[in-house]
Amino acid sequence: MDLTAGLSSEHLHAMNKIKKVSRIAALCAFLTVSFAAQADDIQDANKLFKQGLHAQAMEKVNTVLAGKPKDAQARFLKGLIQTEQGNTNEAIATFTGLTEDYPELPEPYNNLAVIYAGQGQYEKAKVALEMAIRTHPTYATAHENLGDIYAKMASQAYDRALQLEKSNTGTQTKLALIRELFGDNPKSARTGKTTVVAAAEPAVIVPPAAAVKKPEPAVTTKPEAAVADPAAEVVKAIQAWAAAWSAKDSKKYLSFYAKEFKTPDGLSRSAWETQRKQRIAAPKSIKVEVRDTKVKLVDATHATISFRQSYRASHLNSQSSKLLDMVKTDGQWQIAAEHSGK
Amino acid sequence: MRHIASLLLIASFALPALAETPSRDLELGLAKSLQAVRENRLDVALNEVDSLLKLNPNFKLAQLVRGDLLLARSKPIGDFGAAPNAPRDRVQDLREEANARLQRVQQQQPIAVPKYLWQLSPKQRYAVVVDTSKSTLYLYENVKGEPRYVADFYISVGKKGSDKAIEGDQKTPLGVYFVNQHLTKDKLTDFYGSGAYPISYPNEWDKRLGRNGHGIWLHGTPSDTYSRPPLASNGCVVLNNDDLTHLGSHIQVGVTPVIITRKMDWMADDDLSERDALLKSIEQWRNDWSSRDTESYLSHYAKDFSTGSVTLPAFAQQKRLVNSGKTWIKVKLSDLSVFPYPNQPDMVVVNFEQDYESNNLSNRMHKRQYWMKRDGRWQIVYEGAA
Repeated sequence: MDLTAGLSSEHLHAMNKIKKVSRIAALCAFLTVSFAAQADDIQDANKLFKQGLHAQAMEKVNTVLAGKPKDAQARFLKGLIQTEQGNTNEAIATFTGLTEDYPELPEPYNNLAVIYAGQGQYEKAKVALEMAIRTHPTYATAHENLGDIYAKMASQAYDRALQLEKSNTGTQTKLALIRELFGDNPKSARTGKTTVVAAAEPAVIVPPAAAVKKPEPAVTTKPEAAVADPAAEVVKAIQAWAAAWSAKDSKKYLSFYAKEFKTPDGLSRSAWETQRKQRIAAPKSIKVEVRDTKVKLVDATHATISFRQSYRASHLNSQSSKLLDMVKTDGQWQIAAEHSGK
Repeated sequence: MRHIASLLLIASFALPALAETPSRDLELGLAKSLQAVRENRLDVALNEVDSLLKLNPNFKLAQLVRGDLLLARSKPIGDFGAAPNAPRDRVQDLREEANARLQRVQQQQPIAVPKYLWQLSPKQRYAVVVDTSKSTLYLYENVKGEPRYVADFYISVGKKGSDKAIEGDQKTPLGVYFVNQHLTKDKLTDFYGSGAYPISYPNEWDKRLGRNGHGIWLHGTPSDTYSRPPLASNGCVVLNNDDLTHLGSHIQVGVTPVIITRKMDWMADDDLSERDALLKSIEQWRNDWSSRDTESYLSHYAKDFSTGSVTLPAFAQQKRLVNSGKTWIKVKLSDLSVFPYPNQPDMVVVNFEQDYESNNLSNRMHKRQYWMKRDGRWQIVYEGAA
């Protein structure tokens, strides 16, 4: 996406008719000839700017503006310097001022759009470019930039639709600010640090407050904090339960079920235990992993824990979510009931 | 971008006025946007999709359409989901969601009653019927015994479709179930969204057929997801959070039936005569029992009848023994409901309150029976407490 480096003579021509700014002075910006001291100063400021001497360039520009505060060329250059210096808000103010005083000039709109795009404010960038095109329907740079903005917005929408990783570097590269100042020598004019303002994919669409959820008040578990953290104890018990299951140690596995555990399908405790033993013995290997645990304490001896369980055995892989009621008996957290969902 | 239209099943819309639900506006907005694409009015399409995304930015399908519409302004695009590096399976999922939602929008509001609701008990204020092939859940209200359409919702079902048989098969069960619990949001991980309603899979019939697995819930979506593709869950029925909350406000735990079918069927005239024949059989069964005509009473039970592990001979012996000790029996039935079983022709699930009195014993219970029509006769194949 291109930052317009200068006001085009064609556009200035149109402006001159209205604003009665000397055509020569305007053209001086593009030609290496100077007819007036004023033009000289602007030209010098340009040179300094190209050399990366932003402070000095700014000084010159300010000198010009002291005499002619409304001067479009000087203000335009000032905006460029501010952009380069990273004073984005000031640059926005400068270019916005130009669009207000000279609404028929497309370049300030274009540069505003580039800055907005750099901030990830694609909607604003789009509006600015549409203004540039409205004033000059054939302004190619604005059309190209608008295409880039649409691509960028599309890419954001795709990211949201498909949960893409930050993959669309193609569009990003194209959106990098290209700084060719006053067009005579593109290569040398490019400043070394390529101020790429198009950064890190800020989201355009701000979710409404309702959709922004506060993080669940999950009990975070500190593995080593063994002392008096019942939530951690519950998690530890479940991890030990999963470990016993994975080790196919059915005796230990069953020891995690409380006496009052409600067996499924109305089976008797012993029938259920036999069934569990058979099922644990059947596969060659079992690997049970537990993640996203969330403990909710009911009281000192009762809790619920929810988690995602991944079960991998020689014949079956499954992912499920579990919600267990836990009860503490003789200092040991045990499973009192199981509810699971998919 | 014009291709979107041809890739999706777009018939010409006369967008029908369906019942208002929280999600209806979004679905209609999406349909309008795609309709505008079809008519090559891309600006209108983009405006439409923009405004619905303002309502819910987590509507991934709408984001995809928006992406296409924006990209189309930048360069020509050839396919739905033209994102560079787009994972094809995710695009395919969203395409299927688009198809399912467009078909839903084209549906007229049902005027008929689902075949599965032969009779609701006065206690059952609402009934839920899920059509897995149409990605739709219908909510009916019991208005003086007549089921009346209230709303329908887009849903997702199991990744591998329906007709669950074994644990881990990622399918949604088909059958007659009841909501048996309500799990509130604070008890669940974000994955389940605004809440969950576990249903009674596996039911008595599933168990008899050796079907297993458990944990089939109606539940919501994660906070960053407005809706999931049509085939997405491990067997649960998933609604967006607003819809789940809306539906939940009508659900009575332990009472509300959830009937899941692969293809919705509607009540016809012969259903009414069948229902009457069945109700007569039930009344005859009650009467034979009350009049202590044990052999007539037992003739209502099918040869393959069982209740738990007890089969007909043992059951019959027990009943003969018990009834012989009675000088009088009174059986009253109330709150009777009857639901024909999807995917199992000529079988119905009957529930009622049974008020049993006799000279030496009285009790009151919820009873559930499965009746099957064999050789033109309705017979009981299962009976037990509900």
